[in-house]
Amino acid sequence: MPNLKDLKNRIASVKSTRKITKAMQMVAAAKLRRAQDAAEASRPYAERFNAVMAGLAASVGGSDTAPRLLAGTGDDKVHLLVVMTAERGLCGGFNSNIAKLAKVHAAKLLAQGKTVKILTVGKKGRDQLKREYAKYFVGHVDLTEVKRVGYADAQGIARDVLDRFDAGEFDVATIFYSKFVNVVSQIPTAQQIIPASFEQAEADSASLLYDYEPSEEAILADLLPRGVATQIFSALLENGASEQGARMSAMDNATRNAGEMIEKLTIEYNRSRQAVITNELIEIISGAEAL
Amino acid sequence: MAETMQFDLVSPERRLASMQVAQVQIPGADGDLTAMPDHAPLITTLRPGVLRVSGPQGDAAYVVTGGFAEISPEGTSVLAEKAMPVAEATAADFDALIGLAVEAVAKAPVDGRDAADKLVADLQALRVEVGV
Repeated sequence: MPNLKDLKNRIASVKSTRKITKAMQMVAAAKLRRAQDAAEASRPYAERFNAVMAGLAASVGGSDTAPRLLAGTGDDKVHLLVVMTAERGLCGGFNSNIAKLAKVHAAKLLAQGKTVKILTVGKKGRDQLKREYAKYFVGHVDLTEVKRVGYADAQGIARDVLDRFDAGEFDVATIFYSKFVNVVSQIPTAQQIIPASFEQAEADSASLLYDYEPSEEAILADLLPRGVATQIFSALLENGASEQGARMSAMDNATRNAGEMIEKLTIEYNRSRQAVITNELIEIISGAEAL
Repeated sequence: MAETMQFDLVSPERRLASMQVAQVQIPGADGDLTAMPDHAPLITTLRPGVLRVSGPQGDAAYVVTGGFAEISPEGTSVLAEKAMPVAEATAADFDALIGLAVEAVAKAPVDGRDAADKLVADLQALRVEVGV
């Protein structure tokens, strides 16, 4: 039986752990709200953008002069995987789920004899992929210093990706991130960004016959690189919200577990305390009887 | 003819304006244009410039760089890569933007040199117009 002092220390330590996890949960909840607001605020832009791009892509896409960002290089030998994860841990399966999806994807591509290149955003994903895929790493974007992801960060990543594309380093680019559904559910998602694919918007916006200035091709060429940045930006925001959501529920669980543990330890502590008292009484009584 | 139309100005990070306006003056890539209610449908890219709106709720001016505007008879929406009210634009913002643009000139391929040069010139002109 563990002695009383040990149990007491144990209880104190679990209690302080519970305080920490509780605080982390509340911080995550506050951050989640901010992250959700940011994601919400970016939605009108992304939606309009996609609607216009879908219309443009549909009218220009078929022609031979379609930009390479839309039509692709005509090859799909070299794949660039942009794996976006968090900079911090302690958020349940959030980072592992994204990394796992990326691993499965990479393994599938390798099995098909394709070349894989990996660009990581966020430290945690890099750490998890390092073991098996370190030799495919081509770069890493560090967002540790960034408190709130802004569009400028997304532009930075997009520029990096586009420079590599222009240099002919890859044919297809896919981003990996987590879609935020709600606090307990985040779906790891793979989304192809180059060659660009746009969901066909509802018919009414496509049916309007627009004049284009300068020309459809010129607008498309101007907007496609921005589209890459937009998609990366919304992925970053989704990721931010997912991370906080995952951390919140992970910390909620941890807090609850700590509570259960404290209860169990307290019962054990009381029992052994009683046992010690009983023992002492027996000793005194039997000592008195012996006289 | 309708007196006003819906006007939206959104940047990737937030929605800056959403209101009823009488007219919008847009710095299009091929020159400035003014959109009023019942304008023919048009999509144009933007050059860095000042976007002016006027309507029943008063006038407003925004600095925009890059992006595009979608004009339809019912309304105009401007999707700007970077947008802010003119009053909020600072010298530091311009320094950063012009710095990036100058860098792009150096890296631009020969056939893209003109466009990159024009971007720098547009930004400098915009800076003078805003007066910071």
